[in-house]
Amino acid sequence: MSRSAFQILPYRRPPAGDAPVNDATAYRSTALRHPTQPLVVIPQTLSEITGPVYGYGRLGPMDHDLTRQHDGAPLGERIIIDGRVLDEDERPVPDTLVEIWQANASGRYAHAHDTHDAPLDPNFSGAGRTLTDAHGHFRFMTIKPGAYPWHNHDNAWRPPHVHFSVFGRSFLTRLMTQMYFPGDPLLRFDPIFAAIPTERARERLIASFDLGVTDPGRALGYRFDIVLRGRDATPMDL
Amino acid sequence: MLPLTPAQTVGPFFAILVPATGRATLVTDHTAGQRIVVEGSVRDGAGHPVVDALVEIWQANAAGHCNHPEDSRTLGPDATFDGFGRVHTDADGRFTLETIKPGVVPGPAGQPQAPHLVVGLFARGLLTRLVTRIYFEDEPSNALDPILACVAPDRRSTLVAARRAEGRYRFEIVLQGPHETVFFDV
Ligand SMILES: [Fe+2]
Repeated sequence: MSRSAFQILPYRRPPAGDAPVNDATAYRSTALRHPTQPLVVIPQTLSEITGPVYGYGRLGPMDHDLTRQHDGAPLGERIIIDGRVLDEDERPVPDTLVEIWQANASGRYAHAHDTHDAPLDPNFSGAGRTLTDAHGHFRFMTIKPGAYPWHNHDNAWRPPHVHFSVFGRSFLTRLMTQMYFPGDPLLRFDPIFAAIPTERARERLIASFDLGVTDPGRALGYRFDIVLRGRDATPMDL
Repeated sequence: MLPLTPAQTVGPFFAILVPATGRATLVTDHTAGQRIVVEGSVRDGAGHPVVDALVEIWQANAAGHCNHPEDSRTLGPDATFDGFGRVHTDADGRFTLETIKPGVVPGPAGQPQAPHLVVGLFARGLLTRLVTRIYFEDEPSNALDPILACVAPDRRSTLVAARRAEGRYRFEIVLQGPHETVFFDV
């Protein structure tokens, strides 16, 4: 007998094949950190279908504009990143928290553990956050991050990238990813980008240059849409 | 249908985002429920501390209500508790969360679940998020929990926080090796 109180729509399971693998040999940090046991498949419950939908904490007025968080302007090429958060059924995801963090124009993070011999920029912290509007739309003003060397292999360089954190409406829609830039020659040497197994899926992380997003005379424009897990058609009893 | 955006690692520097937005204390003085402290750690396959992990927690309040519009049950919303926590590990791979023991949340077909915290784990070296749960050693209802029942009996203990004192628990996340924590595909 079911003591079902109400019904809820589960989230669709991601299709196999396009997701990055945690056991990515060429990315050396995975060696001791990827689980070796298979993931245990469990049913979705109310605990996972819910999640921190309201974002959290208070947003400051300059949180979405990384070029205006200090007294002076940061060095580098100003860019706008404009996009939408959608689900697999093309429904906009409104009022959801989108966070970014990135290196400065010289390829250095404002983090004590970043030892790259490149200058810090006192006018650039490199962290931003915003909420999507009713249409799932977000917009950041920032500077184009520089490439930086890392110790993964001989002469290893990360392609310029902006880290993205998106919540969505559920614990199950939570996504951390990285946005890359079109035409970047470093992409094909990058083992983190290459951990995504298919070219069609890798291309989803490359922003498109869009003259329509540009702020004439001030900033270049890139478009980057993010697609989160959508709902199954069949409701589930709880 | 639109194809999903693939995940990437958070890398070692997400902490520049966290000072302003981390949250190790989920409760206020007015939050209902039994106060608990969870002292956790994250270790890799060599037993070394993972000093750059981001741990996110999602949980119900003391009445078993989840702070979300789709939890339409009328029982006990608590305006002082939204159920979300986020911490990064310190130089010893440790983290501490101050929260309350959650109530009972319905599982498949309305079966009650034992009190648990849902955990999402990110780190340098992880291309995707790892998902696990924290249960509590002193909860007899663990024996009937429908999610623990999905796990091989000899691995269930990796999901159960050890009770150290009244309201104090210890939970070890092991990414790899013979004592590897159970991670879920959900
Ligand atoms: Fe990075």
